[in-house]
Amino acid sequence: MAVNRGPIISAQGVGKVFGAGSQRTQALDEVSLDIQSGEFISIIGPSGCGKSTLLRIVGDLVEPSTGTVTVKGKTPHKARLDRDYGIVFQTPVLYEWRTVRRNVELPLDVMGVPRAEWGPRAETMLQMVGLKTFAEHYPWQLSGGMQQRVAIARALVFNPSILLMDEPFGALDEMTRERLNTELMNIWIHTSATVLFVTHSIPEAVFLSSRVMVMSPRPGRIDRVVTIDLPRPRTAQTRATPRFFELITQVREGLREDPAVGGA
Amino acid sequence: MMRQYLPAAIVFTAAIAAWEGFVAVFHIPFYLLPSPRVIVQMFLSNTPVLVEIGLYTFREALAGFALGCGAGVLAAMLASRSPGAAAVILPYAVASSSVPIIALAPLAIVWFGIAQGSKIAVVTMMTFFPTFISTLRGLLSVSPQSLELMRSYAAGEWQLFTRLRLPASLPYMFNAFKVSTNLAMIGAVVSEYFGGPQKSLGVYIISNNAIFKTREAWSAILVACALGLGFYFTVVIVERLVMPWHVSTREG
Repeated sequence: MAVNRGPIISAQGVGKVFGAGSQRTQALDEVSLDIQSGEFISIIGPSGCGKSTLLRIVGDLVEPSTGTVTVKGKTPHKARLDRDYGIVFQTPVLYEWRTVRRNVELPLDVMGVPRAEWGPRAETMLQMVGLKTFAEHYPWQLSGGMQQRVAIARALVFNPSILLMDEPFGALDEMTRERLNTELMNIWIHTSATVLFVTHSIPEAVFLSSRVMVMSPRPGRIDRVVTIDLPRPRTAQTRATPRFFELITQVREGLREDPAVGGA
Repeated sequence: MMRQYLPAAIVFTAAIAAWEGFVAVFHIPFYLLPSPRVIVQMFLSNTPVLVEIGLYTFREALAGFALGCGAGVLAAMLASRSPGAAAVILPYAVASSSVPIIALAPLAIVWFGIAQGSKIAVVTMMTFFPTFISTLRGLLSVSPQSLELMRSYAAGEWQLFTRLRLPASLPYMFNAFKVSTNLAMIGAVVSEYFGGPQKSLGVYIISNNAIFKTREAWSAILVACALGLGFYFTVVIVERLVMPWHVSTREG
């Protein structure tokens, strides 16, 4: 670990343009960021600010129009082929023909992990997300929150060094979201994964992150970075501390400063 | 399962009773419309022959079904390899499924002979297109995010096919298979109307009908119905075994 002191993810002057002519949209403009190994980084911004596009560029699901991204000293393409990414989308994207256990085993299956290891590793992950007793259920038998926990277990089962989460709790109700935030914290300390987390919820970003990057829309750029110095482990009590509210205010101000959403 | 089919069973029983009552009350002559009781009596008095001709025709339906559905699935798999090609082929496939292929039955006799070959050919053509279209739609139906998930695992083409496209297309395939059981029975029986051996359902129905032996014709239609239903529900059972996860299987 001590050998590689450089950032695990580095973006320099990343821009993304969709369409052409009158349809041309500048989704991202001159985005630069450095993420250190083991950080939990949230990208927050209003809808359509290009935060998901940024995550998708890092994960090699979209090509940037300009600029470069380096992941563990490699191109994102190489990092993807090296299976460095675990991804959680806004929807669980579980395969409905597979049981919960078989869904969690999917990456192991695809990646050629010996079959004997699948069971124990899936079991460990399901234990971690508290769904061990649902291993033989099908996805449709689970609630939305439970399905998203399965998606998290599936993303982490092959020990990826980077976890990309694209508004994973965006479709859930507030109470479920808070509970899953706390659970995600508990899971994350047991991994060494660096997390890039896209959200539009300020409390969520503050609660989870080591740093929050605030984005402005059209063109998307990072306006401000708020370092979250709340002590870990963070629990439900963390949400009641004055420092938590101070940091929420800081992030909110960062979002307000933006002329595009100003006065809103 | 029992509860699910109870309303249908009640409707069926009521319909049969109404038919029986209608024939009795209005004194319908048997050659116009025999009562269900008479049809069943006729079947019981001639069971060995009816079963033999039924199975003869059913073998044609089954062979054509296997060939048509098998070729449809394979062709869809090939077409799905290239979505561009699939987009070109699909409209033509949809158009050909509206061609009344049964109209080709007399020509099929010219091409494949009066025996089972021509009937199997018609059934194959009738079942091929729906299976091809449905399976192709299924193979192309996977969501962009399911594909991105596989992409993030750096999955190869074969893994993409076996772990995602194929299982995702199973419900579409089975829908086509279920429709095809029906088409196969129609194709086999109606093809025989245009000519075939005496020991086939279609010829039995049409030759008895021609001499107003409608009770005999009806008893053969009863056999065709029973075989068609049996065929359909066999596919339904296979579907449930293959896709225990599917919507159609969910109970309670």
